[in-house]
Amino acid sequence: MTTETINESLDDVHNDDHHDHKMTGIKRWLYTTNHKDIGTLYLWFSFIMLLTGGALAMVIRAELFQPGLQIVEPDFFNQLTTVHGLIMVFGAIMPAFTGFANWMIPMMIGAPDMALPRMNNWSFWILPFAFAILLGSFFMESGAPNFGWTFYAPLSTTYSNGSTAFFVFAVHIMGISSIMGAINIVVTIMNLRAPGMTYMKMPLFVWTFFITGYLLIAVMPVLAGVVTMLLTDTYFGTSFFDAAGGGDPVMFQHIFWFFGHPEVYIMILPAFGIVSTIIPAFSRKKLFGYSSMVYATSSIALLSFIVWAHHMFTTGMPLFGELFFMYCTMLIAVPTGVKVFNWVATMWRGSLTFETPMLFSIAFVILFTIGGFSGLMLALTPVDFQYHDTYFVVAHFHYVLVTGSLFSIYAGAYFWLPKWTGHMYNESLAKWHFWCSLISVNLLFFPMHFLGLAGMPRRIPDYALQFADFNKWVSIGGFAFGLSQLIFLAVVIKCIKGGDKAPAKPWDGAEGLEWTVASPAPYHTFSTPPKVD
Amino acid sequence: MSRGNQGWLMGGWLFFTGLLSSSAWADTQLNLTKGVTAVSREVYDLHMLALYICTAIGVVVFGAMFWSMAFHRKSKGAKAADFHESTKVEILWTAIPIVILIAMAVPATSTLIDMENNDNSEVTIQITGSQWKWHYKYFDQGIEYYSVLSTPREEYENQNGSFSGNGNAKNENYLLEVDKPLVIPANKKVRFLITSDDVIHSWWVPAFAVKQDANPGFINEAWTNVDEPGVYRGQCAELCGKDHGFMPIVVEVKSSDDYDAWLNEQHAMTAKAADAEKESLSASMNKDELMQLGETTYMAYCAACHQPTGLGLPPAFPALKGSPVATTGSVAEHIDIVFNGRAGTGMQGYGKQLSLKEIAAVVTYERNAWGNDTGDLVQSSDVKAAGGE
Repeated sequence: MTTETINESLDDVHNDDHHDHKMTGIKRWLYTTNHKDIGTLYLWFSFIMLLTGGALAMVIRAELFQPGLQIVEPDFFNQLTTVHGLIMVFGAIMPAFTGFANWMIPMMIGAPDMALPRMNNWSFWILPFAFAILLGSFFMESGAPNFGWTFYAPLSTTYSNGSTAFFVFAVHIMGISSIMGAINIVVTIMNLRAPGMTYMKMPLFVWTFFITGYLLIAVMPVLAGVVTMLLTDTYFGTSFFDAAGGGDPVMFQHIFWFFGHPEVYIMILPAFGIVSTIIPAFSRKKLFGYSSMVYATSSIALLSFIVWAHHMFTTGMPLFGELFFMYCTMLIAVPTGVKVFNWVATMWRGSLTFETPMLFSIAFVILFTIGGFSGLMLALTPVDFQYHDTYFVVAHFHYVLVTGSLFSIYAGAYFWLPKWTGHMYNESLAKWHFWCSLISVNLLFFPMHFLGLAGMPRRIPDYALQFADFNKWVSIGGFAFGLSQLIFLAVVIKCIKGGDKAPAKPWDGAEGLEWTVASPAPYHTFSTPPKVD
Repeated sequence: MSRGNQGWLMGGWLFFTGLLSSSAWADTQLNLTKGVTAVSREVYDLHMLALYICTAIGVVVFGAMFWSMAFHRKSKGAKAADFHESTKVEILWTAIPIVILIAMAVPATSTLIDMENNDNSEVTIQITGSQWKWHYKYFDQGIEYYSVLSTPREEYENQNGSFSGNGNAKNENYLLEVDKPLVIPANKKVRFLITSDDVIHSWWVPAFAVKQDANPGFINEAWTNVDEPGVYRGQCAELCGKDHGFMPIVVEVKSSDDYDAWLNEQHAMTAKAADAEKESLSASMNKDELMQLGETTYMAYCAACHQPTGLGLPPAFPALKGSPVATTGSVAEHIDIVFNGRAGTGMQGYGKQLSLKEIAAVVTYERNAWGNDTGDLVQSSDVKAAGGE
């Protein structure tokens, strides 16, 4: 892949004169339609949300440090787990990926900006309101939502507290934001690729976001539907989920997980894209099996629509249903395995170096695979009866979401920080961040497997004495992991303020159009499209 | 090494040894329970099979990665090879996992078919979850009762010791003990019909490998056949509100003879309780008696939500102190709420769970405690009249 034109100079005059100048101060950020600015906004927002959700988690871990009710009341504990989940899923992981999409996709496909820049502005700026509403409900008389991030009816309808309408409204706004972001990504990729860049020449990063965009467009309306049904059940006397009125509480779970399962792939496919960019760069070797990676990602996305009820094996499904969903779920292990094998094959006989992006990527492959193993175990219906709703599940999804998605986000952030800021980050501080995170995150989540197997249910504020030892370790790991993230903040701030000047391509093995523009990337890039062979 | 460093090391060492020795690690369970039924053992075997397969794959995959990391590093002068695709290899590592998956799916399917076979049961028990207790009803036996957490409040609110007093102030079965366990016979197929009165709960006993959701308005089936008499403990597994962590399950498995004896005992007790109910209708209790029984009953059944102080946890659980229901409102309405509950709220009816005498006492208590001082005295006969039996 080579480029002919790299041109962001002012000679290349646009029709729209003021387009080339950015506003200053707060207006620059409020009115911006620039993909880089909006990417930056998304990334900062998601990091703030990560710290917020993390703070809630640390209160949870403080309460669970030892048996007995110490710090919070059970009802408030439920509010903490609920809002922690919602913030991490919708506020931290998803916006972070949208931030990457905004920053990188136009630069990777040689486009001047996202296809729908004004909508881009709006899709970001409604998000802070959604989370202000959600977090604001902590200060209401009834408190924040307390029915778990999965908000199963009728706990979330008839038996919910007074903040349910706010919760529903907040989720609607998050959903609208996600749909707009996804449409923008899909439209950009379909229409603004540089001449010569066919679909099968796109970087895998772009492919994973393309597929994720479709998943979002398909399932976000389902989420909007189910929260609306919840709203009318709670406030307008409908009975979608109330057996007394002819409804069915289990139907809630079917609709929710029809959204929820593709949602978990929405949070992991972009991670695959990031890691598939970084591992080849630091192995100095092309990604192994590019086309099989594309097909594997697509298969995972398609399969994600027919496995939703594996979250519901204990709800009293018929045998045939249980078998169908068990087999389909097990099948997902195949394309996921292909991806892992391809990453290993990419590293095999490469020329490896271990800068921080690579460290996070390697940790991603190993720890995500551990999460995949527990996922495979959970797919087996008979054993799922034992694992379901225990800490084994908590361990599983934190391995895929924290050491999976979040680690890939860190890997990507370190990888592209030089491009974003024009400075190299402080490598030794970044390595501190990596090693502290790696050790503490395993102390935090690995013992949860044992707790779950020993029989500790999730979402309980207090527990029997045989769970005490591990919970103590888990809490210590939790505090350490939470605090370690402040190192990242320090690295980023230092990197923005200064540091060694970054060349256009700071990583010798990196490939892609984004490395053909200067560091920091100029405000406007590829006003004239590059040519791709 | 400086003095400061030594201090840190010493402190750290003490901290970690303190953690390790603070309780008995030997008792800590690492793996899934094998359980005491044929099904639970099949489930355990399946779990171990999956665990071994995953471990083996992990060793191979991570082994290859670590090999690369150790030997294919640039600092050792490794030059990158330039292979980047191989259809043969891709087909191979698609096919092998499929074979492994089939090897897991076969035993999983047969275990699942066993688990879902609810036929030919000898005993049927209906299990009803409600916030936050279990109700057991023996079919064709006329026996039914509630099973409620019996760990004293002082233990989980840490009033038995200081913050750091930890395990010492709690008893062995802390949070896993109930007032009246479910009793089932050993070596008989026992079928459970599981449902709920309010939100979704989930009835889980790990030793039986039975976990089944209790859905309001629907009935789920599960079964077990336990080999060994004994006491088995579990917990509600589905988030069901505030006290989700405080509704354990205890099952006492008795030998056939002991079970029959227990049934007879229960029949006798049921008859006695019915007599007592009748007797209480004509009896009249004085204020002290009512207040005393009222307080015990209130603390056991009402205080979790309305709090010992009567201040509640508004707005979900309103205060009773000074509330119109417990002061200026009519006694009949007050009884009705306690007896039948209030639809659409967390307030459930206690008519099934408490005796007439207990309801009379608790209503009296609520109308006279915390400065409510209405002076109203409620008798069993009033409860019967207002409760709409």
